Amino acid sequence: MAKNSAMEKAQTDKKNARGSVPDVIKMDHLTKRYGKKIAVNDLSLSIHRGEVFGLLGPNGAGKTTTILMLLGLTEPSAGQATIEGMNCARNPLEVKSIVGYLPDNAGFYGDMTGRQNLRFTGWLNGLEGQELEDRIETLMKRVDIDYAGDQKVGTYSKGMRQRLGVADVLMKDPEIIIMDEPTLGIDPEGMRKLLILIRELAEEDGRTVLISSHQLHQVQQICDRVGIFIEGNLIVSGTLSELEEHIRKEGSYLLELTVQPLDDQLLGMLYQQDGVRKIEKEGDKFMITSKKDIRPKLTQFLGEHGYTMLHLHQRGGDLDEIYRVYFEKAGQTDERSSYEKNNKKRRWLRGKKQQTR
Amino acid sequence: MKKTIKSADGSEGRSSRRVSSFTGIYALFRKEMADQLRSRRFLIMLILVGATSIASLYGAVTTLLEAESTSDYMFLELYTSSGNSIPSFMSFIALLGPIVGLTLGFDAINSERQSNTLNRLVAQPIYRDSIIIGKFLAGTAVIAIVIYSMGVLLGAVGVITTGLKPDGEEVMRIFCFLTFTVIYIAFWLALSILFSVVCRHSATSALMSIAVWIFFSIFMSLLATIIASAVYPIDTYYGQMFNQVNYYTLKLNLNRISPYYLYSEAVATIMDPSVRSVNVETTSQLVGAISGYLSFGQSLLLVWPHLVGLAAEMLVAFGCSYVGFMRQEIRTN
Repeated sequence: MAKNSAMEKAQTDKKNARGSVPDVIKMDHLTKRYGKKIAVNDLSLSIHRGEVFGLLGPNGAGKTTTILMLLGLTEPSAGQATIEGMNCARNPLEVKSIVGYLPDNAGFYGDMTGRQNLRFTGWLNGLEGQELEDRIETLMKRVDIDYAGDQKVGTYSKGMRQRLGVADVLMKDPEIIIMDEPTLGIDPEGMRKLLILIRELAEEDGRTVLISSHQLHQVQQICDRVGIFIEGNLIVSGTLSELEEHIRKEGSYLLELTVQPLDDQLLGMLYQQDGVRKIEKEGDKFMITSKKDIRPKLTQFLGEHGYTMLHLHQRGGDLDEIYRVYFEKAGQTDERSSYEKNNKKRRWLRGKKQQTR
Repeated sequence: MKKTIKSADGSEGRSSRRVSSFTGIYALFRKEMADQLRSRRFLIMLILVGATSIASLYGAVTTLLEAESTSDYMFLELYTSSGNSIPSFMSFIALLGPIVGLTLGFDAINSERQSNTLNRLVAQPIYRDSIIIGKFLAGTAVIAIVIYSMGVLLGAVGVITTGLKPDGEEVMRIFCFLTFTVIYIAFWLALSILFSVVCRHSATSALMSIAVWIFFSIFMSLLATIIASAVYPIDTYYGQMFNQVNYYTLKLNLNRISPYYLYSEAVATIMDPSVRSVNVETTSQLVGAISGYLSFGQSLLLVWPHLVGLAAEMLVAFGCSYVGFMRQEIRTN
C-alpha cells in the first residue's frame, strides 16, 4: 500500500510537471456496429496521462474494435474518439505518429532478422541513418533481445517475438502505447519481465499505456485503473480499490475455507450465520458467499469445537473476484440471449440440412 | 520532414513528428525491392527467363546462319526469328512474361494478412495506399530490371556471336519493345495484386491468376472466333460475301481485349519494319502500294493505340486492387 501511494505521488508529480491536459485519450459515446451486431456500444471513457489502463473483458467483448477506432483504422458508427485533442477518424496520421500499437499476435517478417524488422519500422516513421541505428541498439538492449538481433525472426520464440514487438512499438518513441493482449501465450517468467517492462514505460518514460486483456491476474499487477468491458458495454471503470469498494457496498464476500473434519455440524453452523447466501463445495473447499464478513465468528466457532482450519482466504479485492461479480451481473441476461441466438442458428442449420436432404 | 533528436528511452524532446506521404511509399518500396531481389522465387524466375532467352537466341542465330537472308534489319531478327522447334525470344516473353508478373505479386497483400504484419503496418504513420502503391512500384521496378537487362544481355551476346552491329533505329525499336514488355508484365503484376487483395489465401490467388493467364493466352482466341461467327456468320457463300470484313474486324477486336494478343501484335509490328498495317485490308487498298520499310516513327504510330490499351488495362487492374484494398477492413481474422 505504501508503495502504491508513493507511486501515485510520483505520477501526480509527473502530471504537474507536464502541466497539460490530464486526459490523453477521450472516447465520447463511441459506437461501432457491424450490420446488426453492436461491437461497441456508446462507450465514454477518458484515460489520463501517464497511467496504465487495463481494458478487461472476455473474447469478443469489443476491445480490439475500440482500439482500431482509436487508431483510425475503423470508422466509428457514432460518437468520436480524440487523442491529444486530435480526432482519431479525421487525423489518423497525426494520431498514429504518437501512438504505438502492438496488435495481438503481432507478426513480423520471418525471413528478415529482428534488426531488419525494426529498421523497416524506423523507415516507416521517417527515421534514417545513425539515429535509426542507435535507437535500434538501445531498444534491443532494453527489451533484452540484442543477442538475437541478427537471427531471422522466423526462429524466434513467442516470448522473443513479443519483446521484439515492444521494441517495435517503441521505435517511433510514442507518447501513448496501446497493447492488445500482450501477455497471451507467454510463459510466466517472460510474462513477469514483460509486465515489469510495461510498468517501466509508464513510470520511467511517462508514457500512457492502454492494455487490453482477458488475463486478469497479470494485468491487475500493473494497472492504475481498469475498465471492464462485456458485450460491447463498459460495465464499470476505476481504480482497483474503487471497484472493490463498489462490490463491498453491494455486499458480496466470498470466503474459501478448508477444515478438518468436514461434517454436517459445520455446515449447519455456517448456514445459521447471518448474511450467508450461498455455500458451494469445490473439491475439499467450501466457497461461502455472504453479505458481511463472517471470519471473526467462524474462527471462534472452529476453535471452540476442535476443528482444524487448513485454509481460510477472503476473496474479493483481487480483480478476479471483481470481474466475476460484474461478469455475473452483466452475463445473466447476455448468456441467455446468446444461448437463444445459438439455438436459433442451430435450428436454422438443421432446417437447411433437412432441405438439402 | 522534421525530425527531432530523441533518446529512445527518455521522454525529453518528444514532439509531434510529421511524416510525409512519400516516406511510406519509399520505405515500402525499399523493403519490397530488397525482399524480391533476395527471394528464392526471384532467383528461380531469373534462371528460367535467362535460360529461355539464351535458348531462343541460339535458335535465332542458327536460323540466321542457314537462311543467309539479306534483310536490312538483321539485328532485330535475333529477337524475332525462331529456330527449329525453339520459339523466338519475343514469343517466349509473351508467354512466360505473365508468369514473372504473377510470381512477384500473387501474395502481396494476403501474405501480410496471414502473417499478421498488415495490422502492424497500418498502425504506422503512413497512408494506407502507400502500402499497395509501394508494393506495385517495387514489383514494376524489379520487372524493369529483369527485362531491360535481359534484352541488353541478349543483344550483347548477339553482337559477339554474329558480329552484327545494331544501328540507331534498331536500338530504338528494341528499347521500345522492352518498354512494351515491362508494361505488359506490369499488367500481370497488377492483376495478381488484385487477386491477393480479394483472396484470403495466397494459394487461391496464385491459382486464380494462373487461370486468367491461361484463359487469355489460349482460350480467348477460341472465344473470339465463336462470338464473331455467331454475330457475322460466314458459313454460306452469301454470308461470306457480306460479312467477311465485319467478321474479321470483330474477331480481331475481341482478341485485342486479351493483353496477350495486344502485346504480341504490338511488338511484332515494332520489331518488324515491313509490317504496314495491323487491321484487315482489302486488296484494293493495297493496289499501287510500294513495298518498303516503315520508319520507326510510323511503326510506333501504328501501335500507339496498343500501348495506350495495354497501359489502360494495367491501370484498371491496379485501380481495382487499390480500391479493394482501401475499402477492406483491416481486421478479418
